[in-house]
Amino acid sequence: MAKEKPPALDIKSYPTHHVITQPNPLRKVLQRIDEKELDDPVARAEQALAGLSGEFKNWMVVEADRLSAAHAVVIKEGFTETNSEELFRAAHDIKGDAATFGYPSAAAAAESLCRIIEHAPDLDKVPADLITHHIQAVQAIVHDHTKLDSVKIASELSRRLRKVADEYLVHVNRDRPEHLDAIMAPSIVPGD
Amino acid sequence: MYRIDFNKLRFLLCDDNPHMRRILRTLLHSFGAREAYEAEDGATALEMYTHYVPDIVITDWSMPIFDGLELTQMIRQPESKGNPYAPIIMLTGHSEKRRVTVARDAGVTEFLAKPISAKGLYQRILNVVANPRPFIKTKTYFGPDRRRNTNGAYIGPERRVGAPAEVLQQPSLLDKARSPI
Repeated sequence: MAKEKPPALDIKSYPTHHVITQPNPLRKVLQRIDEKELDDPVARAEQALAGLSGEFKNWMVVEADRLSAAHAVVIKEGFTETNSEELFRAAHDIKGDAATFGYPSAAAAAESLCRIIEHAPDLDKVPADLITHHIQAVQAIVHDHTKLDSVKIASELSRRLRKVADEYLVHVNRDRPEHLDAIMAPSIVPGD
Repeated sequence: MYRIDFNKLRFLLCDDNPHMRRILRTLLHSFGAREAYEAEDGATALEMYTHYVPDIVITDWSMPIFDGLELTQMIRQPESKGNPYAPIIMLTGHSEKRRVTVARDAGVTEFLAKPISAKGLYQRILNVVANPRPFIKTKTYFGPDRRRNTNGAYIGPERRVGAPAEVLQQPSLLDKARSPI
């Protein structure tokens, strides 16, 4: 598909801008079909994803260990730019992946940690326990995930961590309105 | 009815997380795609973009070397030798409104907030295949038309003049990002 010559552009020019339209180069991949021929690619993909789910626990352990390792480096060397970035990246990956892997509470705890790293004016002044509790929460959620009674506890743990983290962030950003707006803004991701 | 013939599409996937790349690859293959090239950082992705000329780019935001936003800005260079018009779907854990706006202003075509779902990804791909938007070039922007509603009261610095507002009836990038599908 991509090897074909790109179609000619139609360019309309105006005083402040150009509007550029090209015939849809991907039109050829749209196929007209009878209703009876219609399969369900989304259902097929969900099934394939379910087939992968046996690996999710291991993947989650790897992600949680990466987070703990990044935190250990911070404890040893402090919040250098590189260390902060790696801690954020590890937490951010968990925030994005964990719900897909079946660990939504770990995603929530990781998101809370991301917010601290992103919005705290001085990471060296963040109470060490606040960060440690987030790391420990992620580890606990991942390792105790199979226990039936732990799901509710995990959810409550993440909720409380987020509450404490938000209170801290609101307090330390009281004179930084742009951060305060971002902290208070609702997430665009629909809730569970 | 229409369906997408995925095996005619070439994808470039860019995410530093190997687990997420595996998820994406699995989803695309089960949709029917056969060509999906993978990069784990923005610099490699840009090289692969030039080399493989993908039809659709799916990129994470946070990545080493340069991130998905910078990758988008480098692809959206109107004078570049490569194809600056390829649809770019940003798949990211960033889930704040201002991030959607920044991504839009960099030239991202679609925004998909993690956690990823098969339905959400399919819907974004269907949209870029079936409903491509014209590109707009101004002094400060080159990318898909960002205007999705008319606002006659708008008097900001990027107010376009000289053409009637042609509005594509599509939900805003933010609304789409908010939607799980």
